[in-house]
This record gives sequence, structure tokens and C-alpha cells, in this order.
Amino acid sequence: MADHDVALTVNGEPRRGRAEARTTLADFLRDELGLTGTHLACEHGVCGSCTVLFDGDAVRACLLFAVQAAGHEVVTIEGIAPAPGGPDRGALDPGAPDRGALGPVQQAFMECHGLQCGFCTPGFVVSVSAFLDECSDPTDAQILDGLSGNLCRCTGYQGIVAAVRRAVELRSGALPAAEPSESRP
Amino acid sequence: MSTPVAGRFVGQSVLRREDPRLLTGRGTYVDDITVAGLVHAAFVRSHVAAGRITHLDIAAARALDGVVAVITAADLNAGAGSLQPTIQLHDPSNAPLRALADGDVRFVGEPVAVVIARSRAIAEDGCDLVALDIDPSAAVVDPEAALAPGAPLVHRERDSNLAQEMPVLLPQYDEAKARAAHVVRATFRQHRQTPSPMETRGIVAIANPASGELHCHLSTQNPHEARLVLARATGTPEHLVRVTARDVGGGFGQKFMLQRDEIVIALAAKHLGRAVKWIEDRRENLIASTHARTDVTTVELALDADGHMLGAFVDELEDAGAFPVGAAGGAASAVGAFFPGAYRIPALSWIARAAWTNTCPRGAYRGPWMMETVCREQMVDVAARAIGLDPLELRRRNVIATTELPYTTPMGMTYEAITPAETLEQAAAAIGHDAFRTEQQRAFVAEGRLLGVGYSLYVEPCAMGSMDPLGTESATVRVQPSGTVLVSLGSGSHGQGLETTMAQVVAEELGIDVDQVVVVQGDTDVAPYGRGTGGSGSAIIGANACRAASAVVRDRTCEIAAHLMEAAPGDLEVVDGEVRVKGTPTRSVAWTEVARVAYHDTARLAAGARRGLEATESYTAPPVTFANACHAVTVEVDARTGITTILRYVVSEDCGRMINPMIVDGQIAGGVAQGIGGALYEHVVYDGDGNPLTTTFMDYLLPTASEIPAIEIHHIETPANNPGGHKGVGEGGAIGSPAAVFNAVADALALVGAEVRDQPLGPRQILAALTAAGH
Ligand code: FES
Ligand code: FES
Repeated sequence: MADHDVALTVNGEPRRGRAEARTTLADFLRDELGLTGTHLACEHGVCGSCTVLFDGDAVRACLLFAVQAAGHEVVTIEGIAPAPGGPDRGALDPGAPDRGALGPVQQAFMECHGLQCGFCTPGFVVSVSAFLDECSDPTDAQILDGLSGNLCRCTGYQGIVAAVRRAVELRSGALPAAEPSESRP
Repeated sequence: MSTPVAGRFVGQSVLRREDPRLLTGRGTYVDDITVAGLVHAAFVRSHVAAGRITHLDIAAARALDGVVAVITAADLNAGAGSLQPTIQLHDPSNAPLRALADGDVRFVGEPVAVVIARSRAIAEDGCDLVALDIDPSAAVVDPEAALAPGAPLVHRERDSNLAQEMPVLLPQYDEAKARAAHVVRATFRQHRQTPSPMETRGIVAIANPASGELHCHLSTQNPHEARLVLARATGTPEHLVRVTARDVGGGFGQKFMLQRDEIVIALAAKHLGRAVKWIEDRRENLIASTHARTDVTTVELALDADGHMLGAFVDELEDAGAFPVGAAGGAASAVGAFFPGAYRIPALSWIARAAWTNTCPRGAYRGPWMMETVCREQMVDVAARAIGLDPLELRRRNVIATTELPYTTPMGMTYEAITPAETLEQAAAAIGHDAFRTEQQRAFVAEGRLLGVGYSLYVEPCAMGSMDPLGTESATVRVQPSGTVLVSLGSGSHGQGLETTMAQVVAEELGIDVDQVVVVQGDTDVAPYGRGTGGSGSAIIGANACRAASAVVRDRTCEIAAHLMEAAPGDLEVVDGEVRVKGTPTRSVAWTEVARVAYHDTARLAAGARRGLEATESYTAPPVTFANACHAVTVEVDARTGITTILRYVVSEDCGRMINPMIVDGQIAGGVAQGIGGALYEHVVYDGDGNPLTTTFMDYLLPTASEIPAIEIHHIETPANNPGGHKGVGEGGAIGSPAAVFNAVADALALVGAEVRDQPLGPRQILAALTAAGH
């Protein structure tokens, strides 16, 4: 099968790779560009694990072909966290030792135990980031609605819902409740 | 009952150290592993439930550009050793398992051939080119039909479909029944479900023909068990097999025992002498990994005139599927033996059976024998309605009180340190039982609305210490020259946060900061032999193994420090990274200095003292440790649409001394959500010919955030009889929740005299029940 040359912007950097016409964007990101943070849990558009930002919108990378992304701007979970020395997407504590810097949504997931096995987590973090960009002060009903396109099998969603509420606080400038690895009440 | 005091780390909601890598896409799951020369596998699977393979032609697939090999039973089966898990190596009830289907097929999804190619896409193209013809024969899809006379045989090597039968029929029950005022009998059917971890199964098997090594990266809960199975199956000496698992995307029991698909890939890698990757897709996971639940249970409950339970009879039949993973009947016998749960039921008889069917293998799923709670708790409500008592009142009359402990069940199991009556009252108070009953009547009379409340009370056996090799864990605690501590464990954390909780335990025991401790697990070359992660055992077995090894290291640290300070070791303690004389904190030596001396300044050690500072210790759990909980839920059933809405969900539980309350609550919430999903939405469906109809997440419905209510969790902390005082907590949420939801819906439907027995409780089933009741 003939390969296509795909040039696009990923996490702020120009990237280029080869893809068959049938290769999904998710497989291209994982296999060709080595960005394995984008996970595949169903490959049929239901679970949201593969969510990435496509020109700013949350999309399912298992439902797009890589060739459709040519010329577009994609942000994966690896680009949600502020890269060391890279563009700051709202890091709270860029100097946090050993932990890498977390963005507000990531910090909120950690504080609220919004993840267990972590497999669904990149999809949730990307989806919630996009959701809060659109709706910065959501009601509880809006939060549930905003989360309902992503499946998590571990958490029973309790920590995830709490994390969205906490992320709203963090994005509006509240200080972190706790440093990583410290106890909380 | 004393409530344990939280330690500096144990008992604290320490944030998880796993999280930063998982939140930034820097985790390492099996599909993230790649190695030079890697090739990719896809399975050709049976498309019929039962039949004879009449034609299998792989020539066109083999000729496809990019295909490396096409492997069938003829290539692999004869050279394969045992495929069975260690615990049932010699179990006479094992199904005749084979690597690849040979001559016939026994369920839809059974692997027939493997295509190995340069990419997964080409491997799938190759699968399409394999010509497979099967002459179908009659399939048995239902366990009751499987046991009917003349039923077609699932395994032609066996003379019936009865995989296991265990009757325990005692005269005491017949005597109890003879003097009972009420004998209530009902049959409960639990529908087929599947664990559905978000990460499917997967393996990267790297065979090195030059060194003889076989290194498998796996998505597994149990690395050492996987190594043993792979060693036996591939004929590789155990020490040349290495299994690693860094991050595992959920398991819930499905990844506890290694299954044939991964074994086949390892065999293929050895056969080819190269590295082969297989990542299961969701369709495969839904039809061919493991299914669970699927029980038919008849319960007879004998009560006196006041509603005191005199005895019970349980007839449990489990559907084992074609090739059960784990012992056939393993769940069924536990359903009988554990049936009394939290109640004083002095006489018990039971019969447990398991039947093979032409369906996906049955496997463990979070509380594999939870049918004992599902059927018992529904039975309590059925009996309460039959004799005119509030189900809460019937529970109150029969629940075992703390004052009765230790209490021995008719099966000879002794409860101590449990609190079922307390959790029942705590849950009833939290849900506001009396006020809810008033509101339920008002809403029904005034508005015709159907509200209901349901309870589920259970005592959960955890961490079976007598079940070799599942009852023992080992831990190595190694202080490094810098003073930092590396803990290695044979566990297979897959969401439980063991890298965090086990570090809390070690830091607490050693008296150093938790950030000084790192926990490495999921690597058989690094960790001592261990039991893996499952069976609600990590807190009890893993944490106490960590404690035992830490105690040895702490004592040796004190010996070294005592020599340095010219003090007696028994007078020393380690606090905040300082080894100091008790009562004279100014006389101290830094933990890091002791570590340095132990390795790099050994002339200062006592004559003959061992260099270095580490210990490996193991811990074997008591035969069984019991945790307990009560779930209470209120629902509204919409009589027009048949849709059930959960109004409130309360859990009161006692898992003993908690290591990390945040993680405990997370385990409970996750289990509850799975149980709610199972009760209301999730259903693996086969048609009458054994064709699976639920092959995507559009058909197999996992609950989303919108379906799961806020879960209120209350704790009672009664220390168990082990060094840490812990009990298990991983499975309980999923054990308690389905019956609570079933009972709440039944309570609502009882307002109009409707009864629902068909599950899950979807709109179709509820509307049918309402129609049958003339509503
Ligand atoms: S993997 Fe894309 S939605 Fe599930
Ligand atoms: S954390 Fe495991 S699936 Fe969400």
C-alpha cells in the first residue's frame, strides 16, 4: 500500500512522517512519531482514550486518518504538560523536583485521585482541558455531560468529577492544596 | 473497638507517585514497548461456537508481502507443555485446553491460527486471506441446557458437560427446615458480564535463540505466575524466562492467570526465534478473553415465626465457558461455603456445580464468587416481603452482633474483628431509612412515583493464606549506600497504587521519609517470588511482607548505629531519618551515615558484622481474613420509561487499618461503579447458536460519569489479626453493589406488585415486569 508523506504540527513542533492512507491518526502518533501517551482502548470511537486536540478541538484520534491531519495542529497528552523549558501551558509549579511539571488539570487529577490504572487518563486530561477552555465555570450537570464521552473502568468517576471541580479552582488561580507526595487531611 | 491512630505515613492519604508519569503520557504500558526487529501478530479465530474444521488453507496469507509466518496447531501444539496455571496443574477437572484449536472449535473467538507480519495491519490482512471452513454442530450456550440429558458435548474427550460437582448436604438443614414456620424458595440468575479493563491484554515476547532467554513484557496482574506458565508451556528453564510489566491498564481478575492467547504468542516467538507483539483489540477482549458472573442459583431459606433464620440450602450452577481460566467450580463452591455471610444461619446445605458451555472462558472478575452475596441479599428481601417484615428489620434480627464474636459458621469458618451490625446501622442511618420509607409512601400515594431502597450486607473473605501459591508474598528491602531504599515486590499493581502504599508502609517501619523509598515491582528478574496482585490480598500479604523485611533492616540499622554510638541496640529508635537513643534525642546518627558505613566505611562496623544493609522476608496470611461492609441505595424507577435512576448510594465498610484512605475510597468507588454497571447496563449476549452479539462498546455498555451517582463512603476501622491490622478492600465494592441495586429496584416495583427476575435491570426488563403485573 502506498505511503503518504504527512507534515503537521504536534505539540507546537513541526513533525513529518509516512503513513498509509488507512493509518489512523492515533497509530501514526504512537508508531510513527513515538508519542505513546495517546491510548487505544476501543478503536471504534466510544471510549475517548485516544482523545487529542485537533486545531484546538477534542477529537478521537482512532476515528481520523493520519492523512487528514496533514497541515493541522495536534496537541497530545505529552503536549498538555508544559515541557521543561518549553512553552508554558499553565504550569503551577514548573520547578517541582523530580515530578515534572503538571498543568492544572493534571494537578487536579492527582490531588483528587482521578486516576488508578491511568490508561484512560490521557484521554480524560485532554478532554477536560478542552472542555474547561470552552466552559470555564461549569455546573455539576455540565461537568457530567462534559465527561460522558470518556470511559473509565477503575475510578467509578468519583475522583474524576472532583478533579474537574478542583481544576476549575486551580485554573482560576487558587493555590495547590498539597504538594505531591505530602499527606492531605 | 479501638480506632487505630494514623501513623506518619500509614493511614495518610499520601498522593500517588505513579500519577505524574501517567498524567503526562509517560507511562509504559505493554503496547508502548518496541524493540528492534519486532513483528506483529493477529489471530484467526473461530466464527462458530462448535464444529469440525474441514479446511484450513494458509497459503494465500503466507504469500502476502510483509507476512513473516502463519502458524497453526500443527506448528505449535505438539511442542507445547502444560498451559495450566500453577494452582491447577494437576486438577482433574481441567478442560482439555490446547494452544490453538486443532480439528474442531469450541467457542466463537477460539484461536485457530496466528498471522505474524511486519505490521499489525498486514497481519490482519493476512488473517483475511486464511481460508477456514468449519462444519458447525449443535452448541450449548446455557449451563442448564448443558447439563440436560443428551446435550451436545463441549469436549468430546469428556463424557458430560459437568465440569465439577460438589455436594455438601448436611442433616442439620433438614432438621431446621422441618421445624421452620416459613420456608422461602427462589431462583436467581446472574447475567453474563466481562471485566473490560480499559487496556486490553497484550504481550511483547522476545525470544533469543542464542542465549535461550525468553523475555515477555506483559499486561499482567501476576508476573511470577506468568513466568512459571511461560516456562512450562515453552519448555524454557524458569531462570531464563523474564516477565516485566511496568504499567498495567486495569485487570479486575482478567489478568491474574495467564491465558492461552499470550502463551501462543510466546510459543510463536520461540518458534520463530524473534520478538513478537500482540495487542488484543476490543472485539477480541469482549468475545475471547474471559467472561464472568453467569450463575443460576436456587436458594431455600428456613425461618422461624419471628423471622430468625434457621437454615439455608443453596443450589449453585456456574457457567464455566469452554475453557475456564482458574478452576471450574472454584466460584460455585465458594458461593455455597460463604453463603451465610453476615447472618446467624446455623444450618447449611449446598450443592455446587459447574458446566462447560460453548462460550468464552469464565475467568475471575472482582469477587469471583460474589453470587453468594447477590443471591443471599436478594433472598433476604424476598423472604422479608413473604413474611411481612421490612427487609432492614429482617437483617437486624439475623445479623451477627459484635458481642457474638468469635463466631463460627456452619462451614467452620471463624469470624473475628468484623462489624456487620455496625455497618448495617451506619448505612441505614446515613441513607435515612425511616424518613425514606415515609417519603416513598407519600410519593407513591400522592404522585404514583416508584421509589425504592435496597441493602446489601456482606462479609468478604480476603487474602486466603492457605492457598499456595497465593497466600504468601516476599519483599526485599534494600538500603542503598546513599541511604535511599529500594523495595522489590512480586506484586503486579494495575491501578491499586502499590508503588505508593508499600512505600508508606516501609517508610513508617524504617522511620524515614516516604520520598526516600522507591518500590519496584512487575519484574521477575528484580523481585523475589511473589503472588501477584489479586484476591484482595495486597494490603494484608504485601504490606506485611514489607513490614517483616523492614523490621529486619531496622534492627540491623540499630545494631550498626549502636556500635557507632557505643549504645545498646535495644535503646535505639529511628525517627525522621535519625537513629537516636530513646529519651536522649541528641545522641543520634543519621540514617544516611549508617547506610554509608554499611557499604563504604566498613572498618567502622563491628567485627564480623555483615556488610551492606538489606533483607528479604516473606509473610503468609492467616487462612482467611474477613472484611465486611453494607451498601444502601435509593432509586426511582420511571414506570413510563422503565429507566432506573439512583438517588443516593451509601457504603459503610470495615477494611481494618487503612494504609491510604484516599486509595481505599478509590477502590470502593471503582468496584461500586462496576456493580452498578453490571446491575443496570452491562450484558454479554449470545444468540442461541453461541454467536456473541455484544462485540463493541456500543453493545456492551459500560457506565459513564452520568450513570454513576456520588458514592458516600463511611469507615469503621477494626484492626484485623495481622501485624498491620489490614483487611482486603479491592473486591468489596463490586461484591456488594449489584444486590443493593437489585433490591432497591425490587422494593420500588413491589409498590405495584411487580417482580423482576431478568437482568440487567434495563428498561426492557422493567417494563416487562410492570406489564406482567398489569401496570
Ligand atoms: S480508542 Fe478511540 S474512542 Fe476508544
Ligand atoms: S484509571 Fe483505569 S480506566 Fe480509568
